[in-house]
Amino acid sequence: MSSAFKDMAAIVSEHPMFAGFAAEHRELIAGCASNVRFDAGALLFREGEPVSRFYLIRYGKVAVELASPSRGHITIQTHQEGDIVGWSWIVPPFHSYHDARALTLTRALAFDGACLRDKAAADPEFGFVLLKHFSQLIAQSLERVQLQLVDVYGEVQSA
Amino acid sequence: MPEAAAVADPMVPVPYRVLRQRREIDGVHTLDFEPAEGRTPFRALPGQFNMVYAYGIGEAAISLSGDCDDTKTIRHTIRKVGAVTAGLCSLGKGDSVGIRGPFGRPWPLDEARGADIVVVAGGIGLAPLRPAIYGLLAKRERYGRIAVLYGSRSPEELLFLDELKRWRGRFDLEVEATVDHTTGGWFGQVGVVTALIDRAGFDPDNAVALICGPEIMMRFCARELEHRGMSPADIYVSMERNMACGVGHCGHCQFGPEFVCKDGPVFAYDRVEPIMTLREV
Ligand SMILES: Cc1cc2nc3c(=O)[nH]c(=O)nc-3n(C[C@H](O)[C@H](O)[C@H](O)COP(=O)(O)OP(=O)(O)OC[C@H]3O[C@@H](n4cnc5c(N)ncnc54)[C@H](O)[C@@H]3O)c2cc1C
Ligand code: FES
Repeated sequence: MSSAFKDMAAIVSEHPMFAGFAAEHRELIAGCASNVRFDAGALLFREGEPVSRFYLIRYGKVAVELASPSRGHITIQTHQEGDIVGWSWIVPPFHSYHDARALTLTRALAFDGACLRDKAAADPEFGFVLLKHFSQLIAQSLERVQLQLVDVYGEVQSA
Repeated sequence: MPEAAAVADPMVPVPYRVLRQRREIDGVHTLDFEPAEGRTPFRALPGQFNMVYAYGIGEAAISLSGDCDDTKTIRHTIRKVGAVTAGLCSLGKGDSVGIRGPFGRPWPLDEARGADIVVVAGGIGLAPLRPAIYGLLAKRERYGRIAVLYGSRSPEELLFLDELKRWRGRFDLEVEATVDHTTGGWFGQVGVVTALIDRAGFDPDNAVALICGPEIMMRFCARELEHRGMSPADIYVSMERNMACGVGHCGHCQFGPEFVCKDGPVFAYDRVEPIMTLREV
């Protein structure tokens, strides 16, 4: 086992997102990971383009942006160390609905979506656990979007 | 929870004068009041509110937003939403108001001794929590870790920015602010305030949370705190309902079986959660 793989396996093991995975499943995940870095300004995802990865941020800061013709780039979320960025790799048609841009030099583990999907197809138990955890991430992200959409701070009470 | 401080005659407004007035952000002003005549010290607890009477217009319930150890002046931070609050925000130095109070149950700072504290504020909700933060910092040694998590709609709408920066500089306090969205010029976090709860440093088995903000935000925050493992009995929210008497006589502020003015405004979440999610209340 290479030392780079051991490092990645350790990072995966320590992350709360993967805490509920069995050791062999965490190894399958680490086997699809690689180290990446982005300079400030570089895009991790571009709106409308195919998404083949998700990222675990190890250092730096990433903004999720929507481009608006009248308002320019609107930042709707920022991610930092420890955050998982991206779930479009697991939901067909595997396209991104926003940009994700490094705001500072960012180091991350990149997880290859096709590699994970292949392993999930070959091992349905692994596939189920993977989907279960990512559906929680998707649900959490939807809940947060709902809260942003209702614009709570503009709320005028009816009581 | 400590009982509300006794008020001489709760229905008679006491005349006060504006000592200072300051615009915080668009539509939000902080006013300092001093007694119009030599009066006994004003004693209140963080989380309590006054009924503030704009002469000729009407009264509004307004929480204390200053340091409760200062018994000479009363500080209120007011958001302009209608006639009374607009009238109050337009007052200048020397103008008069009538004040009744303090009323209501305060934040449970004494009961929270020895626990980690998570303060979660949304929008103008930081104002009613500011006296609690002063109280926590004044007796810092009584508490474990303290996290102040603040969410607002945009960078321009963050309240008490200078104070937030000062608090952020302390080693014994975690302070995080986030805005719902921005188009640039803001180097802090973007996203809803619930995302901050995920990362805050506290022990869910030994923590007390104080939440103030719009009702939907409080519900989402309470849910996120429960996800982290906190018991709803250790989560406190400050409720708002229209008020008239302020002392439990008129029923204006009734909220299920509770009167917000006298049983609240600060409630343990396990007491109000079932009512907050009922459509017909
Ligand atoms: C315990 C308690 C503490 C409060 N503390 C503060 C405080 O520290 N600072 C502060 O600015 N306000 C505070 N409020 C809210 C404040 O009492 C109301 O905003 C005020 O009564 C509105 O009076 P008005 O005549 O200006 O507006 P109204 O003419 O009564 O209302 C104008 C519009 O504003 C809406 N509105 C009324 N009340 C609220 C509210 N609470 N939130 C949002 N929209 C509302 C009405 O539905 C209406 O659409 C508190 C309320 C309570 C119950
Ligand atoms: S305001 Fe009258 S009962 Fe609460």
